[in-house]
Amino acid sequence: MQDSSLIDIVAPQRVRFDAPLHLRSGAVLENYELVYETYGELNAAKSNAVLICHALSGNHHLAGFYADSPKSAGWWNNMIGAGKSIDTRKFFVMGVNNLGGCHGSTGPASINTKTGKCYGADFPMVTVEDWVETQVRLADHLGIEQFAAVGGGSLGGMQALQWTLDFPGKVRNALVIAAAAKLTAQNIAFNDVARQAIITDQDFHGGDYYSHGVVPRRGLRLARMLGHITYLSDDSMAAKFGRELRNGALAFGFDVEFEIESYLRYQGDKFVDQFDANTYLLMTKALDYFDPAHKHNNDLSAAFRAARANFLVLSFTTDWRFSPERSRAIVKALLDNEMNVSYAEISSSHGHDSFLMGDHHYHDLVRAYMDNIVV
Amino acid sequence: MPSSGSRPDFAAIAAWVKPGAKVLDLGCGDGSLLRFLRDARNVRGYGVEIDDANVLACFNNGVNVIQSDLESGLLNFESGSFDYVVLSQTLQAVKNTENIVKEMLRVSKEGIVSFPNFGYWKNRLQVVSGHMPVSETLPYQWFDTPNIHNCTLGDFEEFCRQHGARILERRVMNGNHQVKFFPNLMGMLAFYRFEQQK
Repeated sequence: MQDSSLIDIVAPQRVRFDAPLHLRSGAVLENYELVYETYGELNAAKSNAVLICHALSGNHHLAGFYADSPKSAGWWNNMIGAGKSIDTRKFFVMGVNNLGGCHGSTGPASINTKTGKCYGADFPMVTVEDWVETQVRLADHLGIEQFAAVGGGSLGGMQALQWTLDFPGKVRNALVIAAAAKLTAQNIAFNDVARQAIITDQDFHGGDYYSHGVVPRRGLRLARMLGHITYLSDDSMAAKFGRELRNGALAFGFDVEFEIESYLRYQGDKFVDQFDANTYLLMTKALDYFDPAHKHNNDLSAAFRAARANFLVLSFTTDWRFSPERSRAIVKALLDNEMNVSYAEISSSHGHDSFLMGDHHYHDLVRAYMDNIVV
Repeated sequence: MPSSGSRPDFAAIAAWVKPGAKVLDLGCGDGSLLRFLRDARNVRGYGVEIDDANVLACFNNGVNVIQSDLESGLLNFESGSFDYVVLSQTLQAVKNTENIVKEMLRVSKEGIVSFPNFGYWKNRLQVVSGHMPVSETLPYQWFDTPNIHNCTLGDFEEFCRQHGARILERRVMNGNHQVKFFPNLMGMLAFYRFEQQK
């Protein structure tokens, strides 16, 4: 019996894989490590496992807190836990830091055992397919042959989609939240501006900034500020900041005047201290490359012929980065294949970031769906 | 067959649906008709519903639901992809009635509709006495009713003739009982099964 006062305290685990990983780009990683966290207990039949995949700036720390840090709530702590919508009394939930990440799994800032130096620019491009492959290997390592559900928001939802295509026998339900089956030209454009901000920072050094003892702070900060704008809605920014002035009056200068400037600069500064610029580049590329319909003559319905899972698809009304229309395209492809699918379009003012918020209706929908999963 | 409980209208629809059929339920409410059809007739299917609380209720009922506005058509659904499309007590509340019926005939082999018969004698009596009717099947006041396109059996049959829908079967109910005589006067709820005129 777990001490209830410790129930929210979690610790990451680490596993090393020595079988070479052949990446979609053609590159091969001879070995790599993945960092992951788990919550709840795996049942005897190993039928209650749920994999939650993270988005661009997320990681394996989904829920709970670290013992030494009371402010270290996981990024989906409002969704996952005992008695929460994804109930850890029923499910064994796991989060993995994706390959190429910067929170413990092997990535550009890790030491390349061949050279004894950081990978830096030598770290290969990774794709959603590659991540799913590594997640399957981790599941194999833990003896999990099939997940009750694989899910996530945004880029995490894309991984859930890829799971149903590449390993249809290994996933019974897919939770695809605020996602899309591919990026639009506008999405790719935003990503490239972010990348250009990083790459043209004079401290980038072609990606090998680690050996120069610097980080491309200005570029990563700009990338995050730009990204942040696209995660919010016009309405939510207007409601939260409007044209409020920091010091009550115009100063006729380029320092912070409007509250929104203060907010974005703060978010940018905070992010630079937590995130690696090379990982940001890799994650945005993985987003750009994701397009499961491409090898089916751009016919998404044909792509989903392989899938066997049941699907929950959720979108948010004010999400303009991955709009409801993008989710409806996924639903259409699933309907064409007579898959079990439920779709809800949630009214929320928070834009793309809505998938991280605590909206009651949203959480009730996820709870109802998860409650009906038989383990 | 599982009990239809207090919903004789569910049993009436289920009686027309072949086992294992693929069904689309438009304006499916809390999903209880779909659940009944799944349990009673082993149907596969989807509901379409706009209201948040109803969508959540569908999730809780464990039926597939697609949150969408019927008024904007059924673009998510391919032509001829269903055995039956059901519009259960919703016809009278849709704005673009002609388009919905056209879409039903596009996506499905057969359509099934049920609606409260405005020609029911109690309704007629209230109109004659100078008031909009309020009855078991039309429980709203004139100022808060969602029912903007009420019709009688005669009206609907005329509508089908004009819109290329061939009526295959009709059933008229008064509570639990089937109405055989003077259905347009004695019937509270009307059920029709129809297909595209060939």
